[in-house]
Amino acid sequence: MEKFAWLIPALPLIGFLFSIFFGKKVSKTVVASVASIFVLIPFILTVAIFIPFISVAEAEAIRIPLLEWINIGKLTVNYSIQLDQLSLMMMLVITGVGFLIHVYSAGYMHDDDGFHRFFAYLNLFIFFMLVLVMGSNFLMLFIGWEGVGLCSYLLIGFWYKNMDYNKAANKAFIMNRIGDLGLLLGIFLIYLRFSSFEYSRIAYEAIDIAIGDPIITTITILLFIGAIGKSAQLPLFTWLPDAMAGPTPVSALIHAATMVTAGVYLIIRTNILFTLAPFTQEIIMFVGLATALFAATIGLKQNDIKKVLAYSTVSQLGYMFFALGLGAYTAAYFHLFTHAFFKALLFLGSGSVIHAMSGEQDLRKMGGLKKALPITHATFLIGTIAIAGLPPLAGFFSKDQILASAFAHHPVLWIMGVLGALMTAFYMFRLYYLAFHGSFRGTHEQEHHLHESPKTMTFPLVILAVMSVIAGFVNVPEVLGGGHWLDNFFTPLLAGTTLILEENVHAHLSHTVEYILMGSSVLAVLAVIFYARIRYKNNGHVPAEDSEPMSFLERLLSKKYYVDELYDSIVSNPVVKGAGLLYNYIEVNFIDRIVNGVGQLVVLSSRTARFMQTGNVGFYIFAMVIGALVILAANTFLH
Amino acid sequence: MENITQFTGALTINHYLFLSSVLFSIGVMGVLLRRNFIIIFMCVELMLNAVNILLAAFSRYNGNQSGQVFVFFIMVVAAAEVAVGLAILVMIFRNIRTTDINALKNLKW
Repeated sequence: MEKFAWLIPALPLIGFLFSIFFGKKVSKTVVASVASIFVLIPFILTVAIFIPFISVAEAEAIRIPLLEWINIGKLTVNYSIQLDQLSLMMMLVITGVGFLIHVYSAGYMHDDDGFHRFFAYLNLFIFFMLVLVMGSNFLMLFIGWEGVGLCSYLLIGFWYKNMDYNKAANKAFIMNRIGDLGLLLGIFLIYLRFSSFEYSRIAYEAIDIAIGDPIITTITILLFIGAIGKSAQLPLFTWLPDAMAGPTPVSALIHAATMVTAGVYLIIRTNILFTLAPFTQEIIMFVGLATALFAATIGLKQNDIKKVLAYSTVSQLGYMFFALGLGAYTAAYFHLFTHAFFKALLFLGSGSVIHAMSGEQDLRKMGGLKKALPITHATFLIGTIAIAGLPPLAGFFSKDQILASAFAHHPVLWIMGVLGALMTAFYMFRLYYLAFHGSFRGTHEQEHHLHESPKTMTFPLVILAVMSVIAGFVNVPEVLGGGHWLDNFFTPLLAGTTLILEENVHAHLSHTVEYILMGSSVLAVLAVIFYARIRYKNNGHVPAEDSEPMSFLERLLSKKYYVDELYDSIVSNPVVKGAGLLYNYIEVNFIDRIVNGVGQLVVLSSRTARFMQTGNVGFYIFAMVIGALVILAANTFLH
Repeated sequence: MENITQFTGALTINHYLFLSSVLFSIGVMGVLLRRNFIIIFMCVELMLNAVNILLAAFSRYNGNQSGQVFVFFIMVVAAAEVAVGLAILVMIFRNIRTTDINALKNLKW
């Protein structure tokens, strides 16, 4: 089956070319079907490769060279594919969730003029994302990395007639540029140190390097800067909430399930380097934890349904980085995996709500949607429970593993982590009760229009809901009678790390401690959910209008800590003002004058010089003869 | 015949140089001073052939045949040029009814 692996990224690319060139000529059904099938086939292929792969214990990575790319001197880079535990798991998520979101989009985008353009971009995104995870070297990763950034930009600004959306797209692209510079420098430094871009070569050589090597530390910090940009961590997270300007399926696919997790993928892929740099790991841990808490607090006071989910995504990504910083790479991937399902589910569910509400996104205008949208309600509830972390849904297991690692590191970290989890539970249930319970608060027209979404939209919701329930079972901890399947599966991937640390990277806690940790966090989450239920369902509390007076803390949270304003005042405004000054003084007074002066000089001088053209042939001949004589004289006498 | 060979044998390269220079100067002066464009045209031919003489003379002097080959090239080109040039002159004459070069001064600023 591996010899067909090249088809996995190739098919979405073909789908992209089809949609972009012929999409307008064929019907919407054809466009949607072709685009979806060209993601479904890669999914089937991935499964077909995956099943034999898991049946072998500690299977070796499969590397398939496809084409020669660069071959200069000692530098050889090929387009080649690496199929191992990590890339296969990522491919499953990308193609699986990607396919469901394609199906969903067929319903969601049905009345949009840019239908074929949308599917073209989605397919292009799937292609680049697959290149990112399937490549066997850093340059392939970089191609994919930039490509998904491009698709993200195109899809955030999909409704390009709205200036705000374009600005959001630019913001995402520019903020990602900052991170990408870090990634690029990191890759250059890797080449300087290892003389290769291949993961396998780097992992092989890195084993002999001492822990704390300064070059490795620099490399990992640079790579982490790349991850910060792509995965929306502090301080470069503000683009992700704004990225919600794109259509909701885009938010689900790119800005929740796949692209934003590229940073996590990058760090797991180079886990051996990060293990060699404990200093970087500390930074990652604190950045991750700070992001998780910071974004969660903002999420408490947002009233836009997609903004809540966006901050929730930032917060959950923070959790993943927290786990990476703790060295719990499997836990980070596990959370990435479960998060892909329940967050995609929540975004698609919110899309279904927005669809029913005729484009309204404000939670204060919703309420009582439970009756009108039974399937959306049921699946959304499952997603909410999953992200809140109640057993036995997916979020519980992955979050628990991260928290257990945190506790093994330091109990204070565990408390902070639980605090974040409690806030997550609160804002998610706040969202749930505000949207689905109570009485309807929108206009009569909207109420009349309320309807359950078409089957193409509810089908992916149901599948994702099922996955949100069962995805956690891939890595059930020992204390709950599980077999740590994912931990065991990832063992070859983390072999270098294990070798360097000379111990197992997984947290070792006694069963009693684990039970206490689980029990206390679950009880606390339940208490918070109960509080949210009383506040927003029983008491019917509705968040105040923006114009009403708020306490300082509330205003601080609803204004997102004024981070955007801060960036505007310290970065954007000085740049804009500086550019204005440069324009008004340097450009107008100097550069423009020089350029215009040259033009005027030519005009003036030629105005005079043209009188030499008398039209008199005799004069021309005379001038020619004189010229010839001058040349002759010059040749004769000047030697 | 014998006389001619004897006579040419007495000629040095300087004689040819002198002849060529004189012919060339006559050509140049003709081009500069005359106003009839047919005369000017003939003077141009004179200059070309002054060069031909020089080429042939140096070819003989240096014992190198390529100079004489070059003369043939110039002759061929000159013949072609005459064909085209005279045709143009005839057309000009038909248009302006004069052979005065100074009548052609429309091409200016």
